[in-house]
Amino acid sequence: MKELIKRLVETYGPSGSEDQIRKAILEEVRPYVDEARVDPLGNLIAVKHAAKGNGGKKIMLAGHMDEIGVMVTHIDEKGFLRFGGIGGISPQILLGERVVFADGTVGIVGVERLDDPKDLRFDKLFIDIGAKDKAQAEKAVGIGWSAGYYRTFDDLGDRLVSKAMDDRIGCAVMIQAAKELKKTPNEVYFVFTVQEEVGLRGARTSAFAVDPDIGIAIDVTRTGDTPKGLPMAVELGGGAAIKVKDSSLVAHPKVKDLMAEVARTDKIPYQFEVLEAGGTDAGAIHLTKAGVPSGTISIPTRYIHTPSEVVDYGDVQACVRLLKGIVGRPIGL
Amino acid sequence: MVTPAKTVELFRRLSEAPGPSGQEGEVRAIIRPEVEKLVDEVRTDTLGDLIAHRKGRGKRVMIAAHMDEVALMVSHIEKEGLLRFRKVGGIDDRVLLTKTVYVGKDRLPGVIGAKPIHLQDPKERGQVIRLDNLFIDIGAKSQEEAEKLVKVGEYAVFTTSFERFGGGLVKGKALDDRAGCMVLLETLRSLRETALKLDVYGVFTVQEEVGTRGAAVTAYDIAPDIGFVLEGTVCSDTPGTDPQGQSTVIGAGPAISIMDAGTIADRRMVDFLVATADENGIPHQFRRATSGGNDGARIHLAREGAPTASISVPCRYIHSPVSVCSLDDLQNAARLLEAALKKIAEGGLKL
Repeated sequence: MKELIKRLVETYGPSGSEDQIRKAILEEVRPYVDEARVDPLGNLIAVKHAAKGNGGKKIMLAGHMDEIGVMVTHIDEKGFLRFGGIGGISPQILLGERVVFADGTVGIVGVERLDDPKDLRFDKLFIDIGAKDKAQAEKAVGIGWSAGYYRTFDDLGDRLVSKAMDDRIGCAVMIQAAKELKKTPNEVYFVFTVQEEVGLRGARTSAFAVDPDIGIAIDVTRTGDTPKGLPMAVELGGGAAIKVKDSSLVAHPKVKDLMAEVARTDKIPYQFEVLEAGGTDAGAIHLTKAGVPSGTISIPTRYIHTPSEVVDYGDVQACVRLLKGIVGRPIGL
Repeated sequence: MVTPAKTVELFRRLSEAPGPSGQEGEVRAIIRPEVEKLVDEVRTDTLGDLIAHRKGRGKRVMIAAHMDEVALMVSHIEKEGLLRFRKVGGIDDRVLLTKTVYVGKDRLPGVIGAKPIHLQDPKERGQVIRLDNLFIDIGAKSQEEAEKLVKVGEYAVFTTSFERFGGGLVKGKALDDRAGCMVLLETLRSLRETALKLDVYGVFTVQEEVGTRGAAVTAYDIAPDIGFVLEGTVCSDTPGTDPQGQSTVIGAGPAISIMDAGTIADRRMVDFLVATADENGIPHQFRRATSGGNDGARIHLAREGAPTASISVPCRYIHSPVSVCSLDDLQNAARLLEAALKKIAEGGLKL
């Protein structure tokens, strides 16, 4: 599974520019599903049918393909690019980073001279793509072009690190579950969504189309296990995290209980998660049409929204087993 | 480019009509007879959106321009007969002081007053007078007298009259988004005699300024394949703004959005609009700001989603009692939309 994770996290795909990552995911998931289509906003909807025709539940699984990034708004006379943020990206973390555009063009994030470090805001930053002047820069990139962090995957043994673990790790969990799921009594929709980082947008339209009985997002959550970090009862290596609540969703009690029951039955390590700030695609799914009972399986992740998001491989495998265990059984909800 | 006097006159009427979010009736009453001549069917929905349907086979295209404008609402009447108020939509407190307004449907004249400079201490002079310390003076001597004239919940709008000035510019209130309404009307007018393999819904929306509300219900209702938004957008090309901070430049052509707080413009649509503008020799620019939002936020997320793009007329001093835009930009926006629709009808937009 590490090869799959490496491929997904290293692929380019800021919100609104998911073409390359969608292509990669489609290649990976296609052999394990019965059909796949792309909707008007670019969501990839892959379906695995119930083994015995109708009868099971229609379950929508959502993992988002997009990652945070930056978008070019201006190119100056000397060829420097100004930009705005896409999703929850911070100027402090961008400083000194390298970013990459869809065509592979690499840029360095530099900063104007600051009188006070507190003045560090997006409008003080610029991207240097090595152009000598405006004309040369305009040959390489255009206004409205997006870039993501330029970082590779590293295998630290039990722990894996890369940019875009949020939420390629969720996509990887879904693909792996699809692969291992030989038969299911349910109609399982593996939806790889767009534009989660800018407001759960892809999940909203895809959930409207799928119209599921149950919604499950697979996404990262933060941990409380780093030095003097914000307290939170989720730790790396503690198993799959079953969400109770975040700012977008109070997990439906029956969905949450089902997850915990499957984890206990299948002896999968798990932990409950209460996230103070942040949301996932389940926030959009559960409010679709007349409402959809929804929950989230979270992969505990350190340093979220930085170029170095860290997950525990054991947790990732626990999430795969949990997901497979849930969708692979008849569900009475 | 010459803008016909008739067009400018319609723009004047639209700009001067009061249309605060939630009370767009007067604007709708001006648009309706104009648009009835241009499409097959016109109706008003539950919220007050005006939907002009130009029937045809082919892709269903929704084009939205909002009728409402930022305004004020009376919230309380003081015993001295002065009116306290709240804002409807985003208005900077700094632009309110000493402005004249019309209150209520009968257009009762009012003045937003405050303490004169003579009576302010030096500290007060250096501060912005906040909304809570402002009031509308309607000339009433007492609460009783004021209550006979005005009720809590009535709107107040700016009184700015519309004028042409400079080289093809106009100034007036509510150019955001009466400029967009004009672009939509002008586009439908130019296409009137043209057969199009396209099902077009021109939608004049309500309540955009308070959260793109009219667009939410109309987009659900229409279920478009493709969305366009016509806007009056922020223009900051005046001294003191670095080039990279200039979201748009007046007179440089319609602005094509790349991203705002509510929408990441569909890149295929952006590239299509740029190519269409280039092919037709229409000047254009990108909207080089990523903040703000418009009806596109709702349209692209309606039902199963619809690729959506925004074409905007740059407006200086937006969300204030007076804004400025270029008639050329307005006409070029209409030319761009017209060319884009023709091309879509011919299958020229690959989605």
